Amino acid sequence: MVDVLKQPGRLKHAPENFLSEAQVKAVAAGRRDFLRKSFMAAGATLAMPLAARAASEGDRNILELPEWSTTLGKPVATNPYGMPSRFESQLLRRESPGLARVGGASVSFAPLQGLFGIITPSGLHFERHHQGWQDVDPARHRLMINGSDDSLLKKPKVYSMDELMRLPSVSRIHFIECGANTGLEWGNVAVPTVQYTHGMLSCSEFTGVPLKLLLEDCGVDYKKARYVLAEGADGSSMTRTIPMEMVESGEVFVAYGQNGEMLRPENGYPLRLIVPGVQGVSWVKWLRRIEVGDKPYATKDEAVHYIDLQPNGLHRQYSSIQEAKSVITSPSGGQTLLDKGFYNVTGLAWSGRGRIKQVDVSFDGGINWQTARIEGPVQNKALTRFNINWVWDGKPAILQSRAIDETGYVQPSYGQLRKVRGTKSIYHNNAIQSWKVIESGEVTNVQVL
Amino acid sequence: MSRFSKSVLVLALFGVSTAALPFDNFKGVGRQATPAEVKAWDIDVRPDFKGLPKGKGNVERGQEVFEEKCASCHGSFGESNEVFTPLAGGTTKDDIKTGRVKGLSSGELPQRTTFTKVATISTVFDYIQRAMPWTAPKSLKPDDVYAILAYLLNLQEIVPGDFELSDKNMGDVQKLLPNRNGMTTDHGMWPGASAKKGGIGNGGTPDVKNTACMKNCKSEVLIGSTLPDYARTAHGELADQYRSFGPVRGTRTLGAPAATTKPAANPAMEMATKNGCMACHGVNNKIVGPGYNEVLARYKDQPDAEDRLVTKVKAGGQGVWGAVPMPPNGHLKDEDLKTLVKWILSGAK
Repeated sequence: MVDVLKQPGRLKHAPENFLSEAQVKAVAAGRRDFLRKSFMAAGATLAMPLAARAASEGDRNILELPEWSTTLGKPVATNPYGMPSRFESQLLRRESPGLARVGGASVSFAPLQGLFGIITPSGLHFERHHQGWQDVDPARHRLMINGSDDSLLKKPKVYSMDELMRLPSVSRIHFIECGANTGLEWGNVAVPTVQYTHGMLSCSEFTGVPLKLLLEDCGVDYKKARYVLAEGADGSSMTRTIPMEMVESGEVFVAYGQNGEMLRPENGYPLRLIVPGVQGVSWVKWLRRIEVGDKPYATKDEAVHYIDLQPNGLHRQYSSIQEAKSVITSPSGGQTLLDKGFYNVTGLAWSGRGRIKQVDVSFDGGINWQTARIEGPVQNKALTRFNINWVWDGKPAILQSRAIDETGYVQPSYGQLRKVRGTKSIYHNNAIQSWKVIESGEVTNVQVL
Repeated sequence: MSRFSKSVLVLALFGVSTAALPFDNFKGVGRQATPAEVKAWDIDVRPDFKGLPKGKGNVERGQEVFEEKCASCHGSFGESNEVFTPLAGGTTKDDIKTGRVKGLSSGELPQRTTFTKVATISTVFDYIQRAMPWTAPKSLKPDDVYAILAYLLNLQEIVPGDFELSDKNMGDVQKLLPNRNGMTTDHGMWPGASAKKGGIGNGGTPDVKNTACMKNCKSEVLIGSTLPDYARTAHGELADQYRSFGPVRGTRTLGAPAATTKPAANPAMEMATKNGCMACHGVNNKIVGPGYNEVLARYKDQPDAEDRLVTKVKAGGQGVWGAVPMPPNGHLKDEDLKTLVKWILSGAK
């Protein structure tokens, strides 16, 4: 007797070589009417695929050489900039229907369910635009640095891309998460898959120049200038206030590179601001201007949007840090487990306050927890991949993950978060995500309090 | 320069690279911005009205401009929810007195509008000026912005119908905003200094506290919410949003897969691709061997072109098109060779 739990996860499609030689001949002779019956029979024999396999000589994918082993392949540089395989057409960034009424002020979600490691491919990086995206000509792009008055900055300056790219550069891996990520779920479960619950999240290696160097090049007076206003060159000219402490620490930089190439236009080509640990709206794209000031600016996206409504009717303003959070990406909502047996449960953890220290996973809705394997290197304010072994016995289960960052902050449950912040916040939902697995293997999105 | 002084120079350069950089360090990189340049881009308006341009506009004029430039997205009275969330509505005379929109805490508001939230009138001016109209941002003159804002303030019953807004009275209007006292910065999500140290947050202290319990953490699992059926299918066929291999499959949400019909293939092109012909020959360009357009140009007027080409393709050859030989293709059936050659001679389309 085969112990199913000791088997690797198996595919539940029709067993190979399920037609006998006689049946194959019948097909060749033009008799195809029984094929449907054969397929149905194949479905019925799912319980004994091993027997079916044993009866054959082996896997046709091994016994019959495929075309890629027997023909000449394509020459180098057939795709000069490279494309994913044609078999990878299903993982795309996608919009959530009904979320926004116009594409120019909408969001597309990264397909976290199928990504590996911690780097998001540039072409799958989530997008969020406020007035559509532009493909800005780098030869005509300028970065201006000025002060809100002359006493804050000695010398307002203008830099071209040529000049910025001559300066000392840094390359750092950081996550970027929209403040509204998981916002659809503040009140209740609303969307089916991890792409839509958590896909306003990406992580890249960015390359650029610390803003600190530029401000010092312009003769900033740190005593007076305690805030920075970042402004974009697109129609919305997005503006956000950044605290000078972050700039002085050297963490904030103006980036032109992303994952070894230039930024993609949808992500701010040719220049964007990198504000590690802080929600994406502050990472101003198509960055054209930095103003140093002595007061915060209360721009539209820090006075009308990206403010958090509390149960007492007050809005929290300038809420920026993305607190520790995690999510299991496989298995996750909208998936179906193929069979009982072994699975590597995997997901992502991150914290806007520093490094991830630990990730725990529960398979019983949070009654018992086990510490997951962290895949290194663990970087500051970057996505961190975790893995844990799981043997699914075919019974219902609820999978959860819980991140702990280096400050000791433990990711909260929905019940804990709502107790303090109510249900109308939209922004900064970092509650523990739960995926329910039922006997059929279907995984659905549920909220455990 | 002597060897010695060169190395001193190198040391000096390294010396400054990590220390605090003095003003004008990056010689030749960047240039001073001219006053006109700063003026052209420095358009932000702060809550203390620093940056506010001079100008004025009344409610009546505002209505005209709003109808022309804003109403298509926001509705004539700023109430539309069709494209963006409503601008106006949701506040009371009482809210103007207290500076707190009561509907935000009572839950009476069906939907928040711009004026139920915004606490600083500079914010609205700044945003209209920099980003509106949506399809033609930065096309409004300051007087237009004052007028539109006057109209919105009137819709919100903050100012009377004969009101004229200007850079002089923005401060008075600020004192009437219905949610001017509705913001708090007392939270841990501001990444800068705390209010105690001259900043605006609480210094990073989180408001929610969980503990990392590991065993028997609770007696029961309370499910607060599950995915409604309509939400399961609202995002289309989930099976198509996952790989067709790997540890899991996307759940089929919309029933059986639609019969996939491939676009009509070009059998000759497929054959050429499958047999590696396209690795050396482009349709319209030379790769290693000639492009099919070049072959066509050479052979098109020869009466026995088809037979000659079939023979050449089968046997291979060298020297006609250059030094690189074409390998023999004896493995191809004669009928396939003919199909290929016919395709090339017909223009390889």
